[in-house]
Amino acid sequence: MMDQDACQPSPGAPCPSGENNGRREFLGAAVAAVATALTGCGKLSKEEFLQHNFRELSKEEVLTVIERLEKEYKEKYGKDVKVANTPALPGVMFGYALDLSRCIGCRRCVHACVKENNQSRDPEIQWIRVLEMEKEEGVNLQVAEQYYNPAEVPREGHFYMPVQCQQCKKPPCVKVCPVGATWKEKDGIVVVDYNWCIGCRYCMAACPYGARHFNWGEPNLPSKDVNTDTHYLGNRPRAKGVVEKCTFCVQRTRKGLYTACVEVCPTGSRKFGNLLDKESEIRYVLENKRVFKFKEELNTQPNFFYFYGV
Amino acid sequence: MTRLLRLCILPWMAACLLAFAATAVTAEEHKKHAAAAVEAPKDLVQVPKPPFSEGIFPCSQCHDPKSMAPNTTRRVLKDMHTDISLHHGPDTRWCLDCHDAYNRDNLHLANGKLVSFNTSYQLCGQCHGDKLRDWRVGIHGKRTGSWNGAKQYLLCVHCHNPHSPHFKSLKPMPPPARPEAIQLKNGGAK
Ligand code: SF4
Ligand code: SF4
Repeated sequence: MMDQDACQPSPGAPCPSGENNGRREFLGAAVAAVATALTGCGKLSKEEFLQHNFRELSKEEVLTVIERLEKEYKEKYGKDVKVANTPALPGVMFGYALDLSRCIGCRRCVHACVKENNQSRDPEIQWIRVLEMEKEEGVNLQVAEQYYNPAEVPREGHFYMPVQCQQCKKPPCVKVCPVGATWKEKDGIVVVDYNWCIGCRYCMAACPYGARHFNWGEPNLPSKDVNTDTHYLGNRPRAKGVVEKCTFCVQRTRKGLYTACVEVCPTGSRKFGNLLDKESEIRYVLENKRVFKFKEELNTQPNFFYFYGV
Repeated sequence: MTRLLRLCILPWMAACLLAFAATAVTAEEHKKHAAAAVEAPKDLVQVPKPPFSEGIFPCSQCHDPKSMAPNTTRRVLKDMHTDISLHHGPDTRWCLDCHDAYNRDNLHLANGKLVSFNTSYQLCGQCHGDKLRDWRVGIHGKRTGSWNGAKQYLLCVHCHNPHSPHFKSLKPMPPPARPEAIQLKNGGAK
């Protein structure tokens, strides 16, 4: 985010850090002009430029940041976007299980996720990728097809494996981030501070699941499509040049709701809950079904599991 | 005085509790019920009404025992309900194995016990016991709502047409764009 663009002069908005900005009121006016002109063209306000890593902010600073973001979103989308900052619930470690014997590959989850999480629509960024595989081969990435598009699913002899962020207990993406812009929260959700991300994409290279996605261009999110119920670490609108990924719908799940993909799945293949609660659905799956972790040999230790419900 | 007070309060409390139980389930209750789930999924969850074809229920509108004596001979229906083709063990099963000939607005179990259409999962569970067990704990089928609170279930028949239960194929939603289809334009992807 902190690219040279921040100091590129544009009409009526001279660079706030320029040599010639001696006088106070001029600087003030310049900053204000930059602030109003900012979001759409990939430029930063002074406040945004000076903002620290989310984890280092005091409570008051967080509130100021949120206030600023909400104002920016209002200007950009003409809508009241609420940016929450709900912390992890105590005693909760989120887990997910996906039933490979039921998923039919209809991609309802993929598109519900895009809607819920304010992804760019064109080109569309999708956090869930559904792989079509052959029953004869089993889970084998060599024969996986992600662009399948028959008239109807499931296709004879095939099964479907949706892949999204596995919320690893030992996330390589976090380990490689040179600036600490991504980390694991107490409830197990791996999040990104989009304002701190420098867009180096190391995490994308490190993630063995292809779960991270990059905003190569200015995200194209029409105002009418904006989901206004957002979280700072989750689905708030992003800018060009930052990485994003599935957050288990942090804006929903920290309020006790199921994720958007669980809600929409017509086959009920998606199970979600608290791994620390013995009575939860997710624990029932782990204790009673045949479960596996994807690419277990890499020791990423996902909190996302695949199982066979039959 | 205390007695009077108690008399006043008790029904009020009971009403409150009932209203509460009927609308939502707290996490505590959920846990309690989940343990005892094999008996009673009923108040743990909200289940929507069965998906009847329009205007068909109550069945007794037409199947009035006074005007229409039930014909219990096993046969292929020719006059009515011809839209139904049974793909659910047709060799061993026909209408009155599940629908009750004498209580038309109900179903019945193999032992003759009547079951309402709202709890038809009991009927399905006679054969599909493993599915019923998983459904009660929220593993088979779809649950929506709150992972730590009130949830909505669906009946078996919301996803599986009881006369032809195989889950219907769907048209998949669009696949992701191939990288080569994404063009650079004005310094941004397009
Ligand atoms: S919505 Fe459900 S059935 Fe459809 S692809 Fe996603 S997980 Fe599979
Ligand atoms: S799946 Fe990828 S993005 Fe998600 S936590 Fe693991 S390494 Fe990180």
